[in-house]
Amino acid sequence: MERTLDNPFSKISPQGRNDDKKRTMSNDTIKHIESQPDYEGKQDFTITVYAEDRVGLLNRISIIFSKRKINIDSLNTSPSEIAGIHRFTILINESHEVVRKLARQIEKQVEVLKVYFNTDSEVIWQELALYKVSTEEITEKVTVERLLRQYGATAVVIRKDYTVFSVTGHKEETDALVKALEPYELIEFVRSARVAIIKDSAGFHEKLKEFEADEPGEERIENEFLDKGDKIFTM
Amino acid sequence: METLQDTATKKATTSSPTFKGSGSQMLLNALIEEGVSTVFGYPGGAIMPIYDALYDYADKLEHILVRHEQGGIHAAQGYARTSGRVGVCFATSGPGATNLVTGLADAQIDSTPLVCITGQVFAHLLGTDAFQETDVINITTPVTKWNYQITDAKEIPEVLAKAFYIAKSGRPGPVLIDITKNAQLQVEEFEAYVKCNHIRSYRPKPKVRVEFIEEAAKLINSAQKPFVLFGQGVILGNAEQEFKAFIEKTGIPAAWTIMGEGAIPTDHPLNVGMLGMHGNYGPNVLTNEADVIIAIGMRFDDRVTGRLDKYAKQAKIVHLDIDPAEIDKNVKAEVGVWGDCKETLPILTNLVKENKHEAWVALFRDYNQQEIDQVITPELYPSGEEMTMGEVLRTLNELTGGDAVIVTDVGQHQMVACRYAKFNKTRSNVTSGGLGTMGFGLPAAIGAKYGAPERTVVAIIGDGGFQMTPQELGTIMQFGAAVKILILNNQFLGMVRQWQQLFHDKRYSFVNITSPDFVALAKSYYIEASKVDQRAELRKALETMINHEGSYLLEVMVGKENNVFPMVPQGCSVSEIRLK
Repeated sequence: MERTLDNPFSKISPQGRNDDKKRTMSNDTIKHIESQPDYEGKQDFTITVYAEDRVGLLNRISIIFSKRKINIDSLNTSPSEIAGIHRFTILINESHEVVRKLARQIEKQVEVLKVYFNTDSEVIWQELALYKVSTEEITEKVTVERLLRQYGATAVVIRKDYTVFSVTGHKEETDALVKALEPYELIEFVRSARVAIIKDSAGFHEKLKEFEADEPGEERIENEFLDKGDKIFTM
Repeated sequence: METLQDTATKKATTSSPTFKGSGSQMLLNALIEEGVSTVFGYPGGAIMPIYDALYDYADKLEHILVRHEQGGIHAAQGYARTSGRVGVCFATSGPGATNLVTGLADAQIDSTPLVCITGQVFAHLLGTDAFQETDVINITTPVTKWNYQITDAKEIPEVLAKAFYIAKSGRPGPVLIDITKNAQLQVEEFEAYVKCNHIRSYRPKPKVRVEFIEEAAKLINSAQKPFVLFGQGVILGNAEQEFKAFIEKTGIPAAWTIMGEGAIPTDHPLNVGMLGMHGNYGPNVLTNEADVIIAIGMRFDDRVTGRLDKYAKQAKIVHLDIDPAEIDKNVKAEVGVWGDCKETLPILTNLVKENKHEAWVALFRDYNQQEIDQVITPELYPSGEEMTMGEVLRTLNELTGGDAVIVTDVGQHQMVACRYAKFNKTRSNVTSGGLGTMGFGLPAAIGAKYGAPERTVVAIIGDGGFQMTPQELGTIMQFGAAVKILILNNQFLGMVRQWQQLFHDKRYSFVNITSPDFVALAKSYYIEASKVDQRAELRKALETMINHEGSYLLEVMVGKENNVFPMVPQGCSVSEIRLK
């Protein structure tokens, strides 16, 4: 499936909806998209944090949200393109103003190298969902099989008693399959946090060199309030 | 045969490249390498190896045994504030460490550089709910700039070097290092101590970008009614001279947050007074008339801004700060200048035109005259029988000439002290500005005296706040810090009472606080003390206090129901400031 689409669920780019994508979705999904609430300018933001791999840093980052009573929709920690540097991907639904402040507070932490925050249209993202269903149900009922094919699911494990499918995609897609599977005895469901790649990013290799230099070089100096209009958060 | 401790002492004095000894000895060596001479602390089970090593370092490290760990950390704060160096304190695990939390929060919000060392149970006991085990790293994460748990002695030199670098660089703040007992005991061969000056993930300050300072200068040069707001950043950046040069060249009136007080002398002609809730009339009203506001090393705290949506809406804001998270946080800046004001201010001064702004400055004087007539004169020269806090401060100013370090606690006396105390020098006003910690005053004054031993240190404390940390009289008794303690007793928790009077129909709910015989209390600690309740005796009593060789406690009975004015009521704009 084409994954370089702008996110159709983003409040700021409703025109970004893609017909191809629509066709692959059930009516329920479409309805779900259209009923997305638009309140106080909130929208989904993906916050990408490059940080040292250290015990306790996750807590230091997460309390920046909890201090302000802001819920994290999903949080993923993983290695990054550079050995020894960790990458946190945090999904929250907040206004641009709030996210900017949060990002600055995160970047202020001693062991955080860099924070970016992006709207859905600026990233390519995926979530992985696993579904456990009764094998008997799916072998007997053709509609289930059709549903699975329609949602691009792949079988991970097939046993006599149950089968595990996986779907990689956006939340709305994996959610839609949950809904569709409900009548057919969905035994277990789990979805991973969002992982995202920033479209505009050239990776962190060059940045790291600047960070590691003893004396800051001219190009290392970034200043977002000063470089107004820069859509990527930088200090 | 040479003992390990002999080796340690010898190696430390000869500063040989490697050193064999325990983690505890390495820790103390690291402190000495970082120039630490005074430590405030309290021993306990999990920090005993460090205290055991300390026994042999008595000639190099002065350890002040406080009476409570909160007292220890406040003392370290006071020390840092007057000396400009990193304050250091020791505490044991569990309750020792949790008693530091208030001080850490205070130091974090007031950007005070501290390195706090806590003992921790043996590494193999972590997570077992061992005796005096507390998850101090997680408890202190929100209130520290950085914290770290050492479980292996080999980490000690590098982590301590980082701790000092982080505490004092950029926007300063408290660092806590938790060291498990096994690491304190572990014997290792250590490499020579190397100070830290770079951490790849940490940028304490940026390289200055002149183009933004140019933009700021353009705004300032075109301004008709420019107004400078300055905070502690000027003091923390050691930029008092640079700041003075800037305002003197531009002729821009400057007002301070209570953390910035003293960065320029009180009687400087361009010093127009205090900002915020109990600040001066002119600076508050004219905030909403200025066309360009230049905020330097201050963070637009809610006590300074009052109601934000009615705060300086007409003004273009230039914000100079070393912490980029502060720019645009509360108030949107037209031009943000991220950097160390020691570096940015001289560039800005170079680019701005000489100016006088006489009419604009005169406007501040007009408002000031109204305030003098309606508030200041009645407070400083009261006609009633009862003494006012203001007249005590006025008399104190007359005696010290403005050369003393004034440490305050929190409440009405704090606001009165900040409003009326005279300061000639920087690093003279030590107060708990951000956190508003009652009980801060006495221990902070002890530390302030160690940080500025040649100066007179006066701790001004209310009857309520004094009763939160009176145990530190014991520290004074034992170690002799010549602190002058001035208790302004109004027999109330005065600030809360003022609010109850003004906003809660005078329903005085639990603000009526009784006090012990403070004079007898001080004397029980062998501290000279007296009490006055007559105006006629006030001057003489203050004189006795100042001239007394050692520490001294003076209790002054002041009017019970006096209020601090002017006042910006909560939820009001700064221009709605009330004179009564």
